[in-house]
Amino acid sequence: MTTLDKVRRGEKVEICRIADERVRAQAIRFGICEGSVVTCGEKLPAGPVVIYAGWQELAIGRSIACNITVKKAS
Amino acid sequence: MNKHCHNPAETMELPQGKKRLVLVGNPNVGKSVFFNELTGRYVDVSNFPGTTVEIHKAPYGDYILMDIPGVYGVSSFNDEERVARDIILQADTVINIVDALHLERDLFLTQQLIDMGIAIVVALNMMDEAVQSGMTIDVAKLSKHLGVPVIPTVAVKKQGFQALRAAIAKASLGYGDPRIQPELERLMATGMGRGDALLILEGDEEVAFCHSQQAFPLREEIYLRRRQRVNEIIADVVQVKQAIKKWNKLLGQWAVRPVTGLPILFAILVAMYWFIGVFVAQTVVGLTEETIMLGIYSEFITALIFRFFSPEGFLGLLLAGEFGLLTMAPVYLFGLLLPLVVGFYLALSVLEDSGYLPRLATLVDRMLTSLGLNGRAIIPIILGFGCVTMATITTRLLGSKRERMIATALLGVTIPCSAQIGVIAGLIAPLGFSYLAIYVLTIFSIFVILGTVLNKILPGESTHLLIDLPSLRLPRVKNVLTKTYLKSLAFIKEAAPLFVLAAVAITVLAYTGALTGLQNLLAPLTEGWLRLPREATTAFVMGIMRRDFGAAGLYSLTLTPEQTLVGLVTITLFVPCIACIMVMVKERGWRDGTAIWGGSLVIAFLAGGLIARLLA
Ligand SMILES: Nc1nc2c(ncn2[C@@H]2O[C@H](COP(=O)(O)OP(=O)(O)OP(=O)(O)O)[C@@H](O)[C@H]2O)c(=O)[nH]1
Ligand SMILES: [Mg+2]
Repeated sequence: MTTLDKVRRGEKVEICRIADERVRAQAIRFGICEGSVVTCGEKLPAGPVVIYAGWQELAIGRSIACNITVKKAS
Repeated sequence: MNKHCHNPAETMELPQGKKRLVLVGNPNVGKSVFFNELTGRYVDVSNFPGTTVEIHKAPYGDYILMDIPGVYGVSSFNDEERVARDIILQADTVINIVDALHLERDLFLTQQLIDMGIAIVVALNMMDEAVQSGMTIDVAKLSKHLGVPVIPTVAVKKQGFQALRAAIAKASLGYGDPRIQPELERLMATGMGRGDALLILEGDEEVAFCHSQQAFPLREEIYLRRRQRVNEIIADVVQVKQAIKKWNKLLGQWAVRPVTGLPILFAILVAMYWFIGVFVAQTVVGLTEETIMLGIYSEFITALIFRFFSPEGFLGLLLAGEFGLLTMAPVYLFGLLLPLVVGFYLALSVLEDSGYLPRLATLVDRMLTSLGLNGRAIIPIILGFGCVTMATITTRLLGSKRERMIATALLGVTIPCSAQIGVIAGLIAPLGFSYLAIYVLTIFSIFVILGTVLNKILPGESTHLLIDLPSLRLPRVKNVLTKTYLKSLAFIKEAAPLFVLAAVAITVLAYTGALTGLQNLLAPLTEGWLRLPREATTAFVMGIMRRDFGAAGLYSLTLTPEQTLVGLVTITLFVPCIACIMVMVKERGWRDGTAIWGGSLVIAFLAGGLIARLLA
């Protein structure tokens, strides 16, 4: 278990928990819910994390990423 | 019904017998392209989410067609969603535009609209990109799953419009979530529509309040079930033979990775500088201003006017004097400013259409968070270099009131618009690189300081970055040209009357001696504090009309390089133009609008005076 901001580029992870309720609702709309598998496409120094989820490419601010718990996808 | 319930502006004035047809879809899926095609109007089309921030309406057959801001779902998370929500709740029919490449995301909204009990027809847009990516979609099956007509389209190639027009009449309700049916019916029995009832179940407190109901805590449950249903539909109708990696995917990755992204950004800036600063500002303006307007036009018009009027008389001065209506105004407007404005809009339109801006937002997010903004704020800021007034309206795409205030203040105070940059470049270029560097550094420092201070003192919390990055596309020539043309035309329409007004005002002031009086009155400020000649007052008076005009006013003075720099810094930070102030007041309210206005004056003179002392 770790958080999304600690994931390395190219790593595939499964989303375990999204703490913030609004972010969670917004993420469900984007197609990401607890249990979804995403790939970390890019990580900017102290900045946003870019993830790929299906055909989508999302940029997630660092402070949101800190609050998303993930685990290594099998 | 309570007055908070529906936006009154949208409830009223629907011509007799007309029905509401609304374009609903996620941001950046092509809604505005559909609006333009169906109504023959033009509203802005560009490749970043949040292009449309206002509601556009136009008649279409028996309907009034409406283009609204894109939303990822119907709820009350922010102002944009509230506006969209109220219109969707009152729609008679909805055309739901869906991006074929992003069905997981877009069908969520589709399914929500169906759950709301609105008659919809789905336009499955961007089919060209889906095909190019190696994706096949079984359209008939999709339509069967949803229970509504689905029409594949490629809006930019005008494909599928005929079928879509025909399908509007066949819009239907589709298959909603059966599990919430009992609760929905119970709520509807109190007299509300199904859409309102659904939103109350989904925990929308505002809608619940309007109907004096309690919001249900079911959002998550309903959302997750909807998510699952959408995923199942997609699994059944979409097939990806072989994912094709295209040029734009790779370039898109490079654009956000700092090692490659910063050089790309640098290259874009250099290209823009070369195009606007060198090619347009020097070559083109050399031709239009010096050769055509001053060389041919001015000579001709002055000779003509002075044949009928004395060069010393009031009318002679008014028409063809130093600030003449037929001399100074058209020379600046058409010779100098118009080419620069056109150049800027060309460059900006290419950027907007390419889809680069959301990537830039990602790249600069870290820097903007210390100013109380997130990366998205780079979009209004960049657009501000075209026209600060229009960019101020675009601040609506920011997530909180606080961010909108910070962005508006930064735009109003520190960002020079295209017309102004043109004049500034013309004055500063002959002074050499070091002056340019000091100028840029000064303005940039004030940008950072102002943002940091506002971030400290304004109450509330800023939102964080959470955006989807659209694929990069080659800009479409026709769209770039249309946009440039329309925006340049708007510039002329807005600037011309003000130029005329300013020319008259200055001539009258000069003729009556009031100008000299004002110059003497303000001498402590201009001469004492800024160390400029007292005639600089003229430039500031003109600057109140339009900032670019103020900068142009510095042209006619003989200044040392230091004085030019001080003048330019002051004029840049000086009050934004009249149109901009009006929009600021409209968007932010009287209090904040005038605060920015007053603040800009103080900052302008403070910075100007300090620079004058530092350089001495
Ligand atoms: N390849 C392709 N591009 C399209 C198609 N339809 C629209 N576009 C492009 O998609 C981008 C977004 O179009 P807009 O009409 O501005 O989208 P919108 O839905 O109004 O966006 P917002 O106002 O931001 O919500 C533009 O760059 C269009 O040129 C299509 O069928 N195929
Ligand atoms: Mg639009």
